[in-house]
Amino acid sequence: MIRFDGVTKQYPGGTVAVDDLTFTAPTGKITVLVGPSGCGKTTSLRMINRMIEPTKGTISLDGQDTSRMNEADLRRGIGYVIQHAGLFPHRTVLDNVGTVPRLLGWDKKKIAERSRELLSRVGLAPELADRYPSQLSGGQQQRVGVARALAADPPVMLMDEPFSAVDPVVREQLQDAFLELQGELGKTIVFVTHDIDEAIKLGDQVAVLRVGGILAQISDPAYLLAHPVDDFVADFVGKDRGYRSLQFQPTPRLPLASERTVVVGETVDGIGAPWVLVVDDQHRPLGWVEPSRLSGAVAPEDLHRGGTVARASGSLRGALDAALSSPSRRGVIVDDSGELVGTVRAHQVLELIESADRPDEDLADSFAEAGSDGRREDSS
Amino acid sequence: MIAAILEWLRSSDTWSGDSGLGARIIEHLWYSLLAVALASLIAIPLGLWVGHTGRARWLVSVANSLRAVPTLGLLFAMALWLGPKIQSDLAFLIPSIIVLVILVIPPILSGVYAGVEAVDPATRDAARGMGMRGLEVVRQVEIPNALPLILSGLRSAFLQVIATATVAAYIGLGGLGRYLIDGIKTGDYVSTAGGAVVVSVLALLVDGLLALVQRAVVSPGLTVDSTRASRTRSRRRGMSAVDAEVASNGEPSRSEPVLPETNRRIPS
Repeated sequence: MIRFDGVTKQYPGGTVAVDDLTFTAPTGKITVLVGPSGCGKTTSLRMINRMIEPTKGTISLDGQDTSRMNEADLRRGIGYVIQHAGLFPHRTVLDNVGTVPRLLGWDKKKIAERSRELLSRVGLAPELADRYPSQLSGGQQQRVGVARALAADPPVMLMDEPFSAVDPVVREQLQDAFLELQGELGKTIVFVTHDIDEAIKLGDQVAVLRVGGILAQISDPAYLLAHPVDDFVADFVGKDRGYRSLQFQPTPRLPLASERTVVVGETVDGIGAPWVLVVDDQHRPLGWVEPSRLSGAVAPEDLHRGGTVARASGSLRGALDAALSSPSRRGVIVDDSGELVGTVRAHQVLELIESADRPDEDLADSFAEAGSDGRREDSS
Repeated sequence: MIAAILEWLRSSDTWSGDSGLGARIIEHLWYSLLAVALASLIAIPLGLWVGHTGRARWLVSVANSLRAVPTLGLLFAMALWLGPKIQSDLAFLIPSIIVLVILVIPPILSGVYAGVEAVDPATRDAARGMGMRGLEVVRQVEIPNALPLILSGLRSAFLQVIATATVAAYIGLGGLGRYLIDGIKTGDYVSTAGGAVVVSVLALLVDGLLALVQRAVVSPGLTVDSTRASRTRSRRRGMSAVDAEVASNGEPSRSEPVLPETNRRIPS
């Protein structure tokens, strides 16, 4: 557990970067600090491992005041993932990952073993171990950065916009891989981002900061979207927050329609429907075709691949998006192994939304009891 | 003339004996090595300290201003001042070495300082963030990343000291300077020119050797896959020009034109 208690950072010259910040980052959870530039989110993060010293207030780690600890020892016990990865250019990938264990004096064999294990853990091929950072793509560098932070198995991780420098597709992959990893490891994580979508996707708890380092609101993401405390938070969480909040509603049983399918190479002659779904030999959806425009066998280049695919166990947001993006207006739904289970129409998803409860005060209160005691201290 | 020089270089009389060319080359290298070693003892720690802490940058400027001191004048002053205080052969050696040390401190100090200074601030920040203490940052991060510039400072120092160690002969010491000075005195221009050729060749050989050392000890991570490296690195803000140069062609830019300067310093 990381506890901020009245923490203020004022620079010489009077600029206040962080103003009287109080909150708790609960053990084993992801706390996201989010806000516009100049809101002091990175400053707050860097005060935890004392890369920046607070002017006032205390930060404690599991009840221990960090200002009484030795700086270097404190940092070796905290995983730190840096913006743009910040890898050491002169060290190989493997040596970069082994940085902290080497500082801790582990023996060489154990360091190499642990580093290799971590590379595979973050999804990097073993042959990348002997490369240098300049030979890696941005996404690979970020994965190395995460592996390096995890090397000595610290209970606490600080992540400073780790996924901001990569393109959206890679970012999404990294986020998913990160959530999966966190599901296994259960670290106490403080995560900084300027991207509210990322905050909502990753955070168990989201703290919105306003310029000047003032905490505007801290709560679980669903509550944040449903009940922003003021105009600033409402503006910041964005215009389509109603749509985004759907991702916190697990999909109830969808009224699935079975779909007529063909495989590539099969003929669609004689099928009267305007759109037919094409699947591969394992019944995984590939895309839609229009039989009226085709004659003979279906070729891969005939496919309309524009539609998204939603998992039946996913959120209503995914199901609605699948329906809206589908050229046939029928959203493709798959099971967890990617196999087609049926299709659903937008109005059917909307009916489910209409009949479901909005995330309400009860939900938020139960969250507050679970450890987010900072939520009410902030508002005005 | 060229034929005469080649003849002189081929003659076994030129090479043999205690005052032969072989012995002179060894003396010459010994003075050079001694001077660079002593200068390194002073300049490397100093450069690391200034670069690491960012304090006392004026020291580098002061050292650079030493480049303006006329070597020959300083040598005579030193010999006149120290000579009578020292008994034995050291009376000649010490003033010569002091002068050469003063000559090569500036290139070494500038190289080390510039190398450490040019380390990407993000890299240094990462080192501290991982929990490295001051000396660990210097040893594990700053030195390896500064190595291309440190070594280019040392190469420049060797070029200068090998060219300039000839002046030691003015105050009666050995080395290849003997051929230049004695040759001019006695009108034996063939051995003067031959000595000059040997000095130049020696300087180039040592430089080539150090280039090989540089290739062996500098991390490939600072040079490999140059196009990619420069592309990813130049996207980062705060990158210095030296950084870009090191990243793009593996050879740091020399902050000074080495050869014209050394030429100027050969007394003739």
